[in-house]
Order: sequence, then structure tokens, then C-alpha cells
Amino acid sequence: MSVPGATPVRRFRLRRPRVAAAWRQPLAVIGLSLAAAWILVAIFAPLLAPSDPLEQNAAPLLPPGGDYLFGTDELGRDVLSRVLYGARISIPLALLLVGLALLVGATLGAVAGYFGGFVDSIVMRSADLVFAFPAIILAMVVTAVLGPSIRNAVLALVIVSWPSYARVVRGLVLSIGQTEYVTATRLLGASARRALVRDVLPNVAGPVLVLATLDLGNAILLLSALSFLGLGAQPPQPEWGAGVAEGIQYFQFWWIGTFPGLAIFSVVLAFNFLGDSLRDVLDPQSSWRAGSEEE
Amino acid sequence: MARGRSLGALIPGRSRTRPPRPFLRFLARRFVALLFLGLGITLVAFLLTNLAPGDPAAANLGQRAIEDPAAVASFRERYGLDKSLPEQYGIYVWRLAHGDLGESQQARLPVTEELGTFIPATAELALLSILIAVVVGVGLGILAAIRQNRLTDHVLRVVSLTGVSMPTFWLALVALYIFFFRLNWLPGTGRLDPQFSEPEHRTGFFTIDALLQGEWATAGDAARHLVLPALVLALYNIGLLTRYTRAAVLEVVHNDYIRAARAKGISERRIVLRHVLRAALPSVLTVIGLAFANVMTGAVLVENIFAWPGIGQYAYRSATTLDLPAIMGVSLFVAVVYIVVNFAVDVLYGVIDPRIRVS
Repeated sequence: MSVPGATPVRRFRLRRPRVAAAWRQPLAVIGLSLAAAWILVAIFAPLLAPSDPLEQNAAPLLPPGGDYLFGTDELGRDVLSRVLYGARISIPLALLLVGLALLVGATLGAVAGYFGGFVDSIVMRSADLVFAFPAIILAMVVTAVLGPSIRNAVLALVIVSWPSYARVVRGLVLSIGQTEYVTATRLLGASARRALVRDVLPNVAGPVLVLATLDLGNAILLLSALSFLGLGAQPPQPEWGAGVAEGIQYFQFWWIGTFPGLAIFSVVLAFNFLGDSLRDVLDPQSSWRAGSEEE
Repeated sequence: MARGRSLGALIPGRSRTRPPRPFLRFLARRFVALLFLGLGITLVAFLLTNLAPGDPAAANLGQRAIEDPAAVASFRERYGLDKSLPEQYGIYVWRLAHGDLGESQQARLPVTEELGTFIPATAELALLSILIAVVVGVGLGILAAIRQNRLTDHVLRVVSLTGVSMPTFWLALVALYIFFFRLNWLPGTGRLDPQFSEPEHRTGFFTIDALLQGEWATAGDAARHLVLPALVLALYNIGLLTRYTRAAVLEVVHNDYIRAARAKGISERRIVLRHVLRAALPSVLTVIGLAFANVMTGAVLVENIFAWPGIGQYAYRSATTLDLPAIMGVSLFVAVVYIVVNFAVDVLYGVIDPRIRVS
């Protein structure tokens, strides 16, 4: 029922994030190029790698240089090829892991925040429980229980990481749900679902995107840590964390562990540079630049 | 008492039903929540390890024993695995209430006893590491905030991000390779070189125990063994604390009372130490709570590499052998430490910032 003559209530929208501003930041540029380079490596690894990552066709433990830029490992496999192929394991799995955690966490958080009451208590108390364990311990137990494999490692890390999304989304839904423009939509007759999807969720997207980008780095760190402990990727997969573990066994041959570790570091750094710059643009309150504007 | 009450009634806006000690009530509420959380944690650990397909008997008995049904049955009986799940859980909680965490399936020792031998090693390492992280991280955070938008600030942003991007286990490998294997400046693995005997246990901290007994050489060796793992563990938290301290300082630094202090001619150093840091302290404290969780995560990896006989290695060993009582014991211990730290943070928070107590 519309009141004749009433001015239509204009929905308040956050200003469009100025993506162009990101380009004025060197960190964003470095992060983006590095991440893009690694994604290209993951896609084109078979074309880039000089040899098969599993083939034991060279003399073992050759130092870097010559035919083998990063040397060869204890089984005579090319370390460079293994590092390049490793991108095909860690990067897609980290994306999958963060995607799943975001889906589960954001859904539960939105539901908890919007409906409140009993649903809210159940979801948030479960989140508290997960938070009470250090991530690696819980993930370790879950993978040990399900059996060590990279799939179970991803599953375990989804269980560990959904609560942070649930918390953020719930908080945002709560604060946005109380704003006048949402009340206005509801008064105009929109359903709860429509209000949630059309008015609340678009404003939640920015902070959640920042969280997800920063979480990508963490996902890669934890995933490779589980593989390092022997609970994730199994040999002979060329996974980076498992590569560092090999490097510990063949300690004096530094190249075996150093290059896979460097790969983890550079990918995680790329995602963190990117996430941190995104935070400047999309979530000014908690960004490194917070306070700059006040002067 | 009576006078206080009537006075309260006279002040407008102050209801008579308001409890006399909001802070105590706040603490009590937090404490009850903490107990429930602890119980929830035992339930999670219990369900997780029970509903899974893995068989603890298979993981802990030898090959010959598994083929012998009598041996499997007696193993199940010994650890109560033949009872129903709710019964098993009930028994576990009952024992827990009496301070009994059961017996580990691997070493056949009481879990509390095992925890007792592993905890001090981790505590010594973790506390030192957190101390380093707090001193360096808070220092760098303040520095970045004071030099906001200048070169130092930009460099520190990169340093902070580098710290949180470094895979701990790789850093440990590189540090060992350079400082132990190549340069031989610092010892490699373990808590002591073999020629030293362990100091008599009082605190379980080798450095302190050795000092108490006047064994300087042993104390020195224990300290040198701590350097690498503690620094490796600290890096992530340094990155984290730098960022949060900087943000917390920037939040208060533009306030009017800081401007007033400056106008009065108080030195910059005094302003930062007396006014800014005090106001920024609550936020920094919260991050220190977080830092404890990070140290536990790091400890699993670092202890593994440095052959440090601590709780991280114990957790790893129990998880990979599906040693149910040990896993529950260690999860419970770690979770309790974590919630106690957070509880302490809450309390300190209330002490520093009285506004928190009421909400």
C-alpha cells in the first residue's frame, strides 16, 4: 500500500569503492602482480616446468645451477619443476578452502544476526568453541581422525575457519539491520529475505572480501603447515609444505627446502599485500591508513 | 550500607536495583561462561575422536596383538571403549572433575603426569617468545604511528606484513641452516647440549632452575638453546602487534586531550608513554590474548623442528597416533590456557577502562 504523494524512500548506498585508488598504492600493485604471476604459473605449469615433477631422471642432490636451476632432490627430481607444479595444489585448494569457509560462515552469520534468539546462540556458541582451540590443534586432530590426505586437510581447515566469517557477517548484519533504511524497506512491505539480500548483504560484501583475501594467505600457511606435518598432501605430490619437510630431512642440502618455502612465502605475501591494500579502499576503519584523513 | 543505598536512590538516573559491584558481577558472568566453554571443549574433543572411522586399538596395539581378539577386548575394556558413548563421556567428565585426565594409550602414563613434563618446556619457550614479540611489536607499532605516512611508517607496514606471511616452519629451517649449520653461532635442537645434565626441576624452566642452583654454564647453554626457537616463534606476533599497536595509537593520538597535553608543553616522549600508550593499552592487550593462540600454533611446528620436548610435540604425537586421552588432555589444556588468558585480558581491560565493566 503506497501513500499517494509520498516521496519514495531512497535507499542509502555506500559510496562505490574507488578501485582506482588502489593503483596509487605500490603494495597493491606488487601484491596483485605477484598473485597474478603465481596464478599464471599454476595454470601453465606443464608448459613452464622444464621436466616432470615426479620423474626421477637426474642425479640426486645436485646443487642449484646448470641444467637444474633449483637443483635436484634426494630422488633426483627437479626442484624447480616441483615448485612450479606446487602452485597447482596450494593455490586452487586455498581458493576452494576460503570459498567454502566464506559460504558456510557468511550464511550462518547472516542467519544468526538476522533472526537472533536461539539460532543466534547456537551458531555463536559453536563459533566460540572453535575459537577456543588453536587452529592447528583442531585441524591436526580432525585430519588425524579422518586420515591424512590433502582433501581432509582442506575439510579440517574449513571447520577451523568458518567462525571468523560468521562473526564478522553477524556483526555487520546486526548493525546494518538496525539502520533506518532497512527499517524503511521493511515498512514498505519488503520481506525479511528481500531486505537481507537486497539491502544488508551488499553492504557486508566489502569487509568480507577484505577478510577473505587476507584469509587466503592464512589458508595457504595452514594448509602447507599440515602437509609439512605429514597430515596433508602425501608423497609424491609436489606440495610446498611437504617439500620443506623433505628439506629438513636432507638438512645440509639447503635448496630442497628453501625453494618450496620461498614459494609459500611469496604467495602468502602477495595475498597479504593485496588484502591489506583492499582494506584501505573498502574498509577504511581498520586499514593501515586509518586516521590519515583526520589530520 | 544503608546510607549508600539511600544516596543511590537520590541520584537521578541511577536505579536502586543496580547491583552494588558491577565489576564482580562482570567477572562472575565471564567465569561461568568460561566453565561452560571448557565443558563444550571436552565434548568437542570427545565427539571428534569418537565419531571418526579411525580405531584407537589399531593405532596403539602392535600387529600381533590386533589379531588376538582377547588382547583387543582387554585394550577396549582397559580404556572403557566397550561402553556406550554417553557413558564414556560421563565417566570422562566425572574423572576430569577429580583432576584425572586418564591414561595415555601410547606411554601408558597418566596424562596429567605427561602434561606436567611437557608443559614447562613450552611455557619457557612461549613466554620468552611473547615477551620478545610484545617489546618489539609494541615498540615498532608506536614508532610507525609517530612517523605516520613517512618512510619509517611505510617500511614498517611491509615489515609487519612480511612477519605474518612467513611460514614458521620454513623460517625455522632457514634459521637453523644459517645460524647453526653454517655459522655455528647458536646450538641446533633440544633444550641443552648433551654434556650438561638437566637442572633439578623446580619451575621446569631450565634457565631459571639452573640459575637457582648456581650452575651458570648450564643456564647459559639453556638460554642459548632458547634464542632461535623463541625468535622464530615471535616473528608472526611481531607483525601482528605492530599493526594493532599502530592502529590503537593512531586512534587516540588525535584526541583533544593529547593536543592539550602538547599545548601545555609536555615532551613528546612523555605524551607517548603516559597518555597515548595508556589509552591504547586495552586494544594492545586484546592482541596479546590472540598472540597466545598463535604461539601455540607455532609451537607445534617449531617444537617439531627444534626437537623441543614440549606440548606441541606431544599434541602432534597424540593426534597422529589417535591417542584419545592424550588428545583430549592436550586440547583441554591448550583451550583452558587460551580462555584463561582471555579472561585475564578481560579483567585487565576492566581495570584499565572502567567503561567496559558496566556493559
